[in-house]
Amino acid sequence: MSTNDSFERGEAALINAPITQLKAWLADGSLDAGHLTGAFQRRIDSIDPMLNSLISRVEPVVPRSDGALAGIPYVHKDIFCAKSTRTTCGSRMLADWVAPYDSTVHERLTQSGAVLLGKANMDEFAMGSSNESSHFGAVANPWDSNAVPGGSSGGSAAAVAARLVPFATGTDTGGSIRQPAAFCGVTGIKPTYGRVSRYGMIAYASSFDQGGVIAKSAADCALVLGEMAGFDPKDSTSSDEAVPDYLAGLGASIKGLRVGVPTQWFSDALDSAVGDAVTAAIDELRAAGAETVEIDLPDADIALAAYYLLAPAEASSNLSRFDGVRFGYRCEDPKDLQDLYERSRSEGFGAEVKRRILVGTYALSAGYYDAFYRRAQMARRLVTDHFQRAFEQCDVIAGPVTPTPAFDRGAHSDDPAKMYLEDIFTIPVNLAGLPGMSVPAGFVDGRPVGLQLIGRHFDEARLLNVAHQYQQRVDWHTRIPPLGGDSSNY
Amino acid sequence: MSLTNDQLQDVANLARISVEDGWTDGLRRDLNAILDQARLLDDPRLDAIEPMAHPLDQTQRLRADTVSETDQRVTMMAAAPAQEGGLFLVPKVIE
Repeated sequence: MSTNDSFERGEAALINAPITQLKAWLADGSLDAGHLTGAFQRRIDSIDPMLNSLISRVEPVVPRSDGALAGIPYVHKDIFCAKSTRTTCGSRMLADWVAPYDSTVHERLTQSGAVLLGKANMDEFAMGSSNESSHFGAVANPWDSNAVPGGSSGGSAAAVAARLVPFATGTDTGGSIRQPAAFCGVTGIKPTYGRVSRYGMIAYASSFDQGGVIAKSAADCALVLGEMAGFDPKDSTSSDEAVPDYLAGLGASIKGLRVGVPTQWFSDALDSAVGDAVTAAIDELRAAGAETVEIDLPDADIALAAYYLLAPAEASSNLSRFDGVRFGYRCEDPKDLQDLYERSRSEGFGAEVKRRILVGTYALSAGYYDAFYRRAQMARRLVTDHFQRAFEQCDVIAGPVTPTPAFDRGAHSDDPAKMYLEDIFTIPVNLAGLPGMSVPAGFVDGRPVGLQLIGRHFDEARLLNVAHQYQQRVDWHTRIPPLGGDSSNY
Repeated sequence: MSLTNDQLQDVANLARISVEDGWTDGLRRDLNAILDQARLLDDPRLDAIEPMAHPLDQTQRLRADTVSETDQRVTMMAAAPAQEGGLFLVPKVIE
């Protein structure tokens, strides 16, 4: 095939191709890495003004590498440090901060040959479920501009859904990969806590934060996660468990696989149309040979209450480093040191971040620690024990990612407690440190619905294969949002 | 458990975040809604459960006490909002 054929192939083929296909074209010389990068850059130029999914563009450097992702473009959630690039975490506090070092995730992806095109929009400091708390403006859901893309990795999910990049990094503290992936109709994996290094990933709640991938399919997630995962001496919570070849594990039959379905998650709190789509997806797993078993996963409300104390408590400690002295935003003309701290933090942080810092400070303050923080840690074990018992009966758990499809912009912005309810099916997984995925499973009124798959610790290979087997039988993950304008050519 | 305005100001002071008058009532309402949910943690089933700090119940890995970082003072100081002679500048603390 000559190079000219790649032009005849057209950009529609490039932007929709699986990463393994792009690799094959790059390897046989029918596609040039520069041309591939250019195609996605033009796509970003024409589509992103409608979405605001990126905070910064990065001038691409095609790394000299014959690694597994050589020449494949991507964007980072703007929480990952990449040396000499602006890294904002969606905050005014870091609006002009240029990272002086690489996160381990960035280092690994660069070694694999992946080409960074930009930094994706996100809820400020990863605190949010709608991407409305970014200092750099809200992100539109590519399927419906009135809908939120979810959060906090909303820019990453929107960018992949709109085919601006083949994959994006994300982070998930309480659902921040799975929920936006569900809302945008893309595939996302939050690995086991400790699977992907947190070094150079700006901290929100360190005992929950975990990096992962958002891509078009489970197969693409498998390829990218394999490059990102692994032991890192720079992260003291990194696991030294061996990383299997996720891609090689995708062929296995799921005949006889025991799929646990949590009865409590299919209650009145779940939108009935979302419930129908998720049930149909579970039926498809059964049609592929899996067996379903009803399991007991109670106390999602207790999990939510525990998370919204523990995560803010950790955040209040992590975000104490932003003081206007060493880096980040500094107020004008401070009159004394206290004024410098207070005004730099009050002007540099947005409302939701301040709310969570205050909740966390209160939960950790003298006299309240036992009533809040310690009780929440007890609840964490209660929820983890429920999962352990469930996994005695099943190999994976399947259920909804969210109670509803993507909600309208502004719908919950004046009621944080209601916004937090969006995370009721994702948070228990973070409390237990388990791996979880969101897989496109249909639409309700034109807005995507996600199937959540949850595995045992370090069972990502099985999760990815179950998702892949599902995607061999359905085509939800191949649907492209109707973006209008230039996108009609795609 | 309900937070009063005075308690809110105490917490804000601890967190070094100023809470202006216009925001106090709304913020107090939001925080109380969050703390209301915490009542679920009064569940007596939790009484006998050991608190869990690490999601995989692991203890922190330690490393050898040897120097692993190179001197990056100049690189790091480049991000300082105010500096002089390689030192961070802050308002005068002692007259």
